Amino acid sequence: METRNRTAGRGTRGDPDGRAGTEAGPISTSKWDALAASTEFRRLITAKRNFIIPAVAFFLVYYFALPLGNGLAPSLMNTKVIGNINLAYLFALSEFVMAWILAAVYIRRANRVFDPLAAAVRRLAERMGVGS
Amino acid sequence: MTTTLWITAVIVAITLGITIWAARQTKTTVQFYAAGRKIKGWQNGLAIAGDYMSAASFLGIAGLIAFNGYDGFMYSVGWLVAYLTVLLLIAEPIRNTGKYTMADVLAYRMSAGPVRSAAAISTLAVSGFYMIAQMVGAGVVLHLLVPGFSFRLAVVIVGVLMIGYVVLGGMIATTWVQIVKATLLMAGAVLLSIMVLSHFGFNPLRFFDAIANVVDKKSGLNFTQPGILYPHGKHVLLGPLTLDKSTIENVSLGMALIFGTAGLPHILMRFYTVPTARAARHSVGWAMGLIGAFYVMTTFLGFGAAVLVGKAKIGNTNLAAPKLAEFLGGGPNSFGGELLLGFISAVAFATILAVVAGLTLAASSAFAHDFWMNVIRGGKESEREQVTVARIAAVGVGVIAVLVAINLPTANAAQLVAAAFAVASSGNLPVILFTLFWKRFNTVGAVCGLIGGTAVSILLIIFGPGLNTVPAAHPAFALSNPGIVSIPLGFLFAIVGTYVGAALGGDRRAQAMYPEIEVRSQTGIGAEPSAVVERIPTAV
Repeated sequence: METRNRTAGRGTRGDPDGRAGTEAGPISTSKWDALAASTEFRRLITAKRNFIIPAVAFFLVYYFALPLGNGLAPSLMNTKVIGNINLAYLFALSEFVMAWILAAVYIRRANRVFDPLAAAVRRLAERMGVGS
Repeated sequence: MTTTLWITAVIVAITLGITIWAARQTKTTVQFYAAGRKIKGWQNGLAIAGDYMSAASFLGIAGLIAFNGYDGFMYSVGWLVAYLTVLLLIAEPIRNTGKYTMADVLAYRMSAGPVRSAAAISTLAVSGFYMIAQMVGAGVVLHLLVPGFSFRLAVVIVGVLMIGYVVLGGMIATTWVQIVKATLLMAGAVLLSIMVLSHFGFNPLRFFDAIANVVDKKSGLNFTQPGILYPHGKHVLLGPLTLDKSTIENVSLGMALIFGTAGLPHILMRFYTVPTARAARHSVGWAMGLIGAFYVMTTFLGFGAAVLVGKAKIGNTNLAAPKLAEFLGGGPNSFGGELLLGFISAVAFATILAVVAGLTLAASSAFAHDFWMNVIRGGKESEREQVTVARIAAVGVGVIAVLVAINLPTANAAQLVAAAFAVASSGNLPVILFTLFWKRFNTVGAVCGLIGGTAVSILLIIFGPGLNTVPAAHPAFALSNPGIVSIPLGFLFAIVGTYVGAALGGDRRAQAMYPEIEVRSQTGIGAEPSAVVERIPTAV
């Protein structure tokens, strides 16, 4: 059972069931350990972490500030900014803009920085004979 | 109401045409479950949007805003921001490590039997709640719009169509039905928004002046102000703390939306339909553009219905958008009113069909791929047999959903969807995150997280005030949104389970496989390729 699970999702091209991987047997785990510890992979992980962790923290704080603000400071949120458009609505609308901008920044960063770093790891893996 | 019927019939005919076309190319499992992984990023973005903008969000949010003003709009905000969790943490690793279902990712490190069984249970719970909500919505709306159709008949029609799409056309048909629906829905929303604004000389300030004139009698607040749906001034005891109930309900709702979306099996499954992680990323970008634009427009649909039609004339919350369309077209019994009402009702019907098709596929794959093929048959089953079992499972799931929905004509659609999000955020998300990012996580932790998180969120909903399952005056659990309690508990179950599992002798495989899943999930090495044999995606 273990061998089968381990190779689940390791289908060879044209073998959507991954059965060829099972027959070939599992690739030894030590090679994956080496790959996980490689400079190339650590560089990718560090780059991703340095972006993703602050980004997640930022959007969680920004998002929950809205219901917390509405609940704890209703008079502030009811301040009319333009005509009858109040701060609560503008803040809610800004959540959309925030989500779009953050998504665009992430996609750009991933295309330009993370993808080339991941490609470097894949080239290393090919040299090591790991992977598909 | 013949206009409604004709427009609906045309849309249904188009989707059936797509299904027949798709059926010819659905032979293998990868085609049935994942459309051969050949869907383009932007197409998948449209399909995600189509999968996500359900009856609850089109009919439901418009109604919530029309009846409760600003507080209803909070749903719109949460449902978009939720995609940041999907984009930043989930979409690409899922595409890189899984095959057809959420459980594939978990089974990479954990023992397949227990983890796949537990994941199949949580998937069926999430998809079940979600599906019943849609079908009840479909039945109520169709019955009210076409009085000739009884509630039961409407549910059966939806059931037969969704089984047809999934059984014949699998993921290819489901994807294209969702794309057609998303396009129609966006067109409908844009049309109605422009028409609403035209009543105010395209001046948002005048529109908001009108909204500020709509006052909720109970609270005395106007519709631009928060606090109508969850009134201020009530308190809730949460352990030793006394907290403002309104704030806690809104935060709790937000938590379920933000963390639940990334745990919805029918959304996760969509990332297997694209060729690469990069395409998965781009599809979330497209989806966020569309979903966000739609939810911004709920301002015009919901507030528009409140201002132009009014709560009294709308009657049923689910009918705010159709009644608004009728008004904008020229009023009841006018030609324009009939036409626009017909169009919007048909779009709502198409919306429900597309969403239930996606849900049926997710539920049947959890049963056929996770439980039947990998647990019962130990992974040894022929390609032909697997597709057959998946099709039979889809019929079974569909029939059960119809039978349950027929007997729940008064169930509250929004609350059922909230239950689905609670289970997805408390049961599924902690386990997916820990599998991908926590080295010490193991099988016991995964099973505890899935089962514990699912059970706790369902129990809190049953004993809460939302579903009217207990006497409403003093519910055993005070909140209608359990997320603030159930999500931390879901994480806690997974953590405690992990340490218990480690103490019981550990799970060597879960630890040994971590470097592999870490590398694979972040780089896409050895990820499942598209059904196209020739292309090698290493140079992406």
